[in-house]
Amino acid sequence: MTPHRLLDLYRLMSRIRQFENAAEIASQGGVAAWGLAASAKPALVRGPLHLSTGQEAVAAGVCHNMERADLLTSTHRGHGHTLAKGADATRMMCELFGRATGYNKGKGGSMHIADFSVGMLGANGVVAAGIPIATGAAHALKIRKHPNIVACFFGDGATNRGPFLEGLNWAQVYQLPILFVCEDNRISATTPTPAMTAGAGAFARAQAMGIPSEHVDGNDVAAVDATAHKMTQDIRAGGGPRFLHAVTYRFKGHVSVDPGTYRDAKEVEAALLKDPLIVARARLASLGVSSADIAAIDAQVKLEIDTALQTAEAAPWPVVADAYEDIMTTGAGVWL
Amino acid sequence: MNTTINTATKMTYADAACAALREAMLADPNVIALGEDLGRGGVFGQYRGLQAEFGADRIIDTPISESNIMGSAVGMALAGVRPIVEMRVIDFALCAIDEIVNQAAKNRFMFGGQGRVPLVARMPIGIWSASAAQHSQSLEAWFAHIPGLVVVTPATPQDNYGLLKSSMASGDPVIYMEHKELWGTQGDVDRTEAVPLGVGKKLADGNDLTIVTWSRGVGICMQALEQGAFGSVKPDIIDLRTIWPWDRAMVMESAVRTGRLLVMHEAVQVAGFGAEIAASAAEQTGCKVQRLGSPRIPVGYAQVLENESRLSVDKLLAATQALLKQ
Repeated sequence: MTPHRLLDLYRLMSRIRQFENAAEIASQGGVAAWGLAASAKPALVRGPLHLSTGQEAVAAGVCHNMERADLLTSTHRGHGHTLAKGADATRMMCELFGRATGYNKGKGGSMHIADFSVGMLGANGVVAAGIPIATGAAHALKIRKHPNIVACFFGDGATNRGPFLEGLNWAQVYQLPILFVCEDNRISATTPTPAMTAGAGAFARAQAMGIPSEHVDGNDVAAVDATAHKMTQDIRAGGGPRFLHAVTYRFKGHVSVDPGTYRDAKEVEAALLKDPLIVARARLASLGVSSADIAAIDAQVKLEIDTALQTAEAAPWPVVADAYEDIMTTGAGVWL
Repeated sequence: MNTTINTATKMTYADAACAALREAMLADPNVIALGEDLGRGGVFGQYRGLQAEFGADRIIDTPISESNIMGSAVGMALAGVRPIVEMRVIDFALCAIDEIVNQAAKNRFMFGGQGRVPLVARMPIGIWSASAAQHSQSLEAWFAHIPGLVVVTPATPQDNYGLLKSSMASGDPVIYMEHKELWGTQGDVDRTEAVPLGVGKKLADGNDLTIVTWSRGVGICMQALEQGAFGSVKPDIIDLRTIWPWDRAMVMESAVRTGRLLVMHEAVQVAGFGAEIAASAAEQTGCKVQRLGSPRIPVGYAQVLENESRLSVDKLLAATQALLKQ
């Protein structure tokens, strides 16, 4: 790992972290849940906001090995994947703010964040729903003899849904160019996944289908990058699907207004010490990168995110007529 | 079969769909079909010969994985392929309801128009061959309820040819419902005749009442006409052909003229699409309305039970009389 490559990865993680932190603050009071009332003043980000804070190394380490024309499907916790695939933070923030200038013209919000122009085919509000879509995209690339590949992100909770089994089987049967990435934060919404899962879990299930699989420390971006690098090379060489099992930790609750009090405080405390940004900073220091250089990156990213926030708050809302657009061509969108 | 035939040829309902798909596959290498048992021609022979001609990469035999068949078709469509998705029977499409309702139908809107999902999901409907409760349903109303979906119900070989071509060309996710009892029916197919989506077809002209039907209901109406069963009553009969978007103009023109509207479908009458048409016509024209559908019972196996869910000329005549007496 060169200092240069690790700095690139660190910058990506810093962008995700600061984006998530800014979105979290902008969402306070946005939704009434977990016994909390919505605030009197409408939040800038309304509705459920699923933060990937703490999981940045997985998105950054995998996507750093993807080309622009590669495709990606994500989960409801998809800001990190979207940024890492090359989307613009300002247009993303505009979408979270529900503005007409957002990627989805204010029609999707956080849960459906997407930038098709960089191959990011969408976050998804349904757990595991991105898996069949990703296998289909990979199947299309194979049919069209296209050299690109697909990355499919999902959480450990998704491994108990049928489409997980169906999609992995499908990808292996047709030898599709797809990297399955299980971001294992060990919690299904608010319930620990192991208590809900028979057998040895995600990795064993992938192996049972004969898909070459690897474990990786999902909080160590260098490790994720190295493993993803090898796996994406194997896939590009026509080796069929690969399965990357990255163990990480979700620092926040299920949604931004969920304080996550159902978790053991000691567990959270220990996890915070293994913050992927702290791990990366230590590794950068060992490679001779000064803390001033790292701080300079963080400061540049802060400017980017501040701009995103300011632009989003000033951006125009959609108009009523937009509710009837982008539905279908045959018959279009009509009230009746 | 590469040259266009200008004269009509006799064809079955299944062969007409096969011919339409074949022509689309010849015209566009990105058109593919996927589903269970397609290599052997499909369960009803509607894909016969296509895998031999186009190969297993384009006529794709899949695992019994309805969620992934439908979900991967969404991903394929987003990545530039135009899939025809075979669900075998509509009852099995319920295993893929998230992929249809939350993914295919919503994609274009919720991503702000970034993507398109041009796919045709074929899900045969209807009572056929003592197939009981899980292989006999007609669920067009479910899908008509979902913004983003086109819903098509061809009743003749000509319409199965023409509507399948129009569906494939539409660029939208289309729920395409062939009726299982119609596969073997013969009819003239003129391949030069386009059948646009959203346009109904007049089966009879009259001024006494309007009958709106589709799919298997068309055959019942034709049977009644051939038998002279309506007697001196002259019905205006419309095959709707497309459930969404439905031909409001044709229905309303007729309802205004006759003042009476009967909607007939094999689907369960309660909350069926007939209710939407009846309510719309009553709101817009003040006409009297009557519905005829199946009772709200699962389709039974024994003939006497199955018949309770079937349409018949007798039921049609009883509903007609009830409407005329209103």
